[in-house]
Amino acid sequence: MIEAKGLAKRYGDKAAVAGLSFTVRPGMVTGFLGPNGAGKTTTMRLILGLDRPTEGSVTVNGKPFSGLYSPMREVGALLDAKAVHGGRSAYNHLLCLAQTNDIPRTRVDEVLSVVGLSEVAGKRSKGFSLGMSQRLGIAATLLGDPEILMFDEPVNGLDPEGILWIRNLMKRLAAEGRTVFVSSHLMSEMENTADHLIVIGRGRLIADCSAAEFIARSAPQAVHARPPRPDALARAVAAAGGRVTITGNATPGGSAELEVHGLDPERIGDAAFAAGVPLHLLAPSRASLEEAFMELTADSVEYQGAAHESRRLAGAGRKA
Amino acid sequence: MTSVTAQPGKPAAAKRVPAVPPATRRSGFAGTLRSEFTKLSSVRSTYFTLIAFFVAGLGFAIAATAGNRVNAGHPLFDPTATSLRGAVYLGELIIVVVGALVITSEYGTRMVSTSMTAMPRRGVLYGAKAVVLACVSLAVALVTSFASFFVGQAILASTHGGASITSPNALRAVLLSAAFVTCCALLAFGLGAIIRYTAGAVTTLFGLVFLIPLLAEALPDNWFHDMARWLPGGSALEPIVSTAPVPGETFLFGPYGELAVFAGYAAVAVVIGALLFRRRDA
Repeated sequence: MIEAKGLAKRYGDKAAVAGLSFTVRPGMVTGFLGPNGAGKTTTMRLILGLDRPTEGSVTVNGKPFSGLYSPMREVGALLDAKAVHGGRSAYNHLLCLAQTNDIPRTRVDEVLSVVGLSEVAGKRSKGFSLGMSQRLGIAATLLGDPEILMFDEPVNGLDPEGILWIRNLMKRLAAEGRTVFVSSHLMSEMENTADHLIVIGRGRLIADCSAAEFIARSAPQAVHARPPRPDALARAVAAAGGRVTITGNATPGGSAELEVHGLDPERIGDAAFAAGVPLHLLAPSRASLEEAFMELTADSVEYQGAAHESRRLAGAGRKA
Repeated sequence: MTSVTAQPGKPAAAKRVPAVPPATRRSGFAGTLRSEFTKLSSVRSTYFTLIAFFVAGLGFAIAATAGNRVNAGHPLFDPTATSLRGAVYLGELIIVVVGALVITSEYGTRMVSTSMTAMPRRGVLYGAKAVVLACVSLAVALVTSFASFFVGQAILASTHGGASITSPNALRAVLLSAAFVTCCALLAFGLGAIIRYTAGAVTTLFGLVFLIPLLAEALPDNWFHDMARWLPGGSALEPIVSTAPVPGETFLFGPYGELAVFAGYAAVAVVIGALLFRRRDA
């Protein structure tokens, strides 16, 4: 459990994080979403006690991070996969971390095999590809078998195979009952992994809800329909209380792509059947997380654009 | 957080066997000391630098004693100092790289964030670094000082002008030389924590140890004599390597006094570094 209360961080007169409050709960993947520079990395650094908040506080399992009894057994965090001494072998890198928390050596071999780096354990990490570095960083987070895992943009720069691997790993960790907190600026990535979303923009909280709720709340539901006789369907839908907009051109056969608002697919199908209108396609169209996010952040940008200090708040995030 | 209730529509949390034995004590100094020793001993630069230190100290001892065989026996010739100057004057140039790198390499590679996540009690982390550095530096410096002394004296032996380790103050000079080099490593460590860049830390240290004493020599004699004993280098090092008071330099403290002055500079740097290490954002 991670709890932030009124968390704020200013660098000079730039606010990277401005009054964030949220809770990250166990047993699910919580996506931490926001455009580049929204303050995601800064927030994670504040959670880990790497940077000191200007205001507010954040606790991990009810304690400030530095008050943890055995930090690596409670939290595993990967902020920057390249933040390792390149001259040190993968094995020794993990060993020196394990030793700080009295974690036995045998665990180093275990996590190396979990991430598939056993063969290069003795190699200096300088020569590692980004994918290998990412795996080494993940191995470090697993050393203490922690209940809480934090990953900052873990799929950045990875190939499809690596992305799939990380995605499955995060789901597995969450299914084991752990708290998984993962940041991304890629909405599509979160759509595939996150159960819960914390969305920020310009250091402020925009949304804190389940992924499904986030989409439902921010974009109106629509249903795609492809009837061979669009006019007839439009009449039937209007009679049932819905609205129709044409989204695609009529094909030579006469069918057109329609979008129906205000009715669920069952009602549309029933109305079409009752009116004797044939249908070739009827599919609910889920707004993508991407669209939902754009819509929400557009609002926040507008709102903040009116605020006096919007210029100074803009782009105040910091990449470590 | 040991038991987790199932979320609606989600599979119940699987029972897990802990993969790591539970902590029997709070993560602290003992583990961090081992960690820091692993860090120092697992990068090549440590070995390169320490071997260079040993070779330079010993090499200088061989060259200086061999070249000064004609002076052996002269009342002003100090065979002990002749064999130790390399370990001290060259040694300090080299050991500071190790001292600074112990901390600046963490900033240079951004490893410091990872280290502080594993051990968020920064005082413990900093202290463990300082202790490991001091122990390793002292061990290598002692080996270098003794080797330089014995090899140097062996070269002088046939002239009957050499010293033995039981000669008056010879052992003191050997031990204090090693202690001085250790202080140099710690001074560089403290400056490294303050400045965070290897080049910046080493340059600052050279400025302190070489430039300031050099500039001081441009002062009028009586001013120079008043301040020379307080300088972190230059002629203030002579009493440390010598077995007898240095003729004509009576304005200096004795060997223990000069070592204490230098240790004081190192202590100030290490303490300021500690305060900044604890307070600043990583």
